[in-house]
Amino acid sequence: MFGITLILAIREIQRHLLRSFLTTLGIVIGVAAVITMVTLGNGATAAVKKQISSLGSNILMVRPGQRMGPGSGGESPPPFKNADLDAIREQIAGARSVAGQAQAQATGVRNAQNWSTSINGTTNDYLDAQTWPLASGRRFTAAEEQAGKSVCIIGNTIVTNLFQGVDPVGQRFRIGDVSCTVIGVLSTRGQGGFGNDQDDVVIMPLKVVQRRFTGNRDLRSIMVAVDEAYDTKVVQQSLSGLMRERRNLTGAMPDNFNIFDTRQISDAVSGSTKVLTGLLGAVAAVSLIVGGIGIMNIMLVSVTERTREIGIRLAIGALANEVLLQFLVEAVVLSSLGGIIGVLLALVATASLAPVMGVEFLFDPFINLVAFGFSALIGVVFGYFPARRAAALNPIDALRHE
Amino acid sequence: MAEEPLISLRGITKLFGTGPAAFQALKGVDLDIMRGDFVAVMGPSGSGKSTTMNILGCLDVPTSGTFLFKGHHVETLDRDQRSLLRRRYLGFVFQGFNLLARTTALENVELPLIYRGTPKQERHELAMAALGKVGLAEWADHTPGELSGGQQQRVAIARALVTTPDVLLADEPTGNLDTERSIEIMELLTGLNRDSGITVLLVTHEAEMAAFARTVVHFRDGLVESIEQKPLAGGAAK
Ligand SMILES: Nc1ncnc2c1ncn2[C@@H]1O[C@H](COP(=O)(O)OP(=O)(O)O)[C@@H](O)[C@H]1O
Ligand SMILES: [Mg+2]
Repeated sequence: MFGITLILAIREIQRHLLRSFLTTLGIVIGVAAVITMVTLGNGATAAVKKQISSLGSNILMVRPGQRMGPGSGGESPPPFKNADLDAIREQIAGARSVAGQAQAQATGVRNAQNWSTSINGTTNDYLDAQTWPLASGRRFTAAEEQAGKSVCIIGNTIVTNLFQGVDPVGQRFRIGDVSCTVIGVLSTRGQGGFGNDQDDVVIMPLKVVQRRFTGNRDLRSIMVAVDEAYDTKVVQQSLSGLMRERRNLTGAMPDNFNIFDTRQISDAVSGSTKVLTGLLGAVAAVSLIVGGIGIMNIMLVSVTERTREIGIRLAIGALANEVLLQFLVEAVVLSSLGGIIGVLLALVATASLAPVMGVEFLFDPFINLVAFGFSALIGVVFGYFPARRAAALNPIDALRHE
Repeated sequence: MAEEPLISLRGITKLFGTGPAAFQALKGVDLDIMRGDFVAVMGPSGSGKSTTMNILGCLDVPTSGTFLFKGHHVETLDRDQRSLLRRRYLGFVFQGFNLLARTTALENVELPLIYRGTPKQERHELAMAALGKVGLAEWADHTPGELSGGQQQRVAIARALVTTPDVLLADEPTGNLDTERSIEIMELLTGLNRDSGITVLLVTHEAEMAAFARTVVHFRDGLVESIEQKPLAGGAAK
């Protein structure tokens, strides 16, 4: 009985190509939309995560600052000093590298070109903390760090803007009022998690920046890379304790510094892209439902049209179940076909859109299955129930149907 | 010798609708049909001819009364059993042809065999033979849209006879055809009745067509008014 029904169903599909095509189209669009949106959303989430993890996964950023609350405000919190770095290195177990940072904005000038950029005054510890290798040249020597020699390691954006066509290593250029020698070029990192250009940076020894740019011995922030073997939370706690002690905070006095865990930032950002993916998925799900309603419409109309056909089949001796099974098979074949085409279309769309949108292409079997299953379900529900109504008629009533 | 009738209706009534709007189309029809007979059902429009035919063809159910087919009660059968009865013993020819659209003549004729589970090869041969009998072997690949009314009705007859049914029911099969085509159809039905022994029940309001039959049943107001039995030596004899 099933073989017969399959033959009949496929014959009917072939005989009504336009109707079959329209039915399938609704499914194709719905399925393709859902899969494409969700896949691209997932790709975007993954891309953001990857960019954030390029910050370094286990990094604690310590900054002076006050929590909002009673008694806050008034004088600004005291900055960190170089001595804080040594204290952390000595007393905090699990601090892999500790880098102090002083920051400044300045314009770099070379020949007729100039380029406004940010200066990061720090030590080799920063490159270690970030696990940021050099593309060429070398790192600071101990002497350069100690003496605060006017040397710099530059990011790729600086190379592009000031050193077009020449090897920058060994070249001199002026930044702010300082003339410095390029000793190294950082490997390219690209866009950061917040859309910032990570390669638009000039790294100079901390002491140079303090002396020539900020004019004080303060640290804007301290970056602590946590050893993989240690729990970041625990390290954060002992770091917090140490800083409170060094800043003479006792009892209920609030912290006048903040410690950020880059992983928390990463979680927050990827959390929000997940929300975005969910939203896109919901929009796409609506389109799948709209597609489903389209199918329902076509199926309902076609069953009305086909009530006479059902009558003829019943009159010549078909059982109601045989007629129903035929309609069911037709619906399943059409919606599965639509589902398969939709999946393939989504595959092509996501694979070609992902690079354009700068997101990763991640094939998600789950969403493909869900969308496909849903399309089949729509076909079955909307193909089967109207047909069941028709097959329940007296053959003569079905035959007389206009 | 009183032979057992193939079909026997006793006190068949049919009520359409309910309540005050209800309409009694049949008011107690008694009718016996003998095996191998060629019966024409005549009567004014609205007298219940089609209603009776639909009940005889198990396409509809009577409101009350008994319906015996080969001595078995039909009025107690369920939907599927009636379907199987139609599949096994009955063939239909309708006034409106009722062929599947966009479906070739051959596929239309094959359809009853498909539901019977006849193997493909045999199905094809039987369907071609049936189309040959109605003179349409060359039109096997044409869809109803490409055939004239007379040709469509012959396809419908081929579909009805392909299973060699016991009874062929035809409700005004010539109603949509001109006289010449109508006579062709009647000759076909006569031939089937004579050569294959198929019992033919025919509804018509044209005396010219009823003349082909051996028995003529007259309906009036939902009742059998009279039955005319032609002498065996009549027009249908060899
Ligand atoms: N499905 C129906 N619903 C209501 N009335 C019907 C239905 N079918 C037939 N009738 C009525 O029953 C009567 C007999 O109809 P029918 O058997 O078709 O007559 P005819 O002898 O012309 O074939 C008519 O008055 C018709 O209006
Ligand atoms: Mg009628």
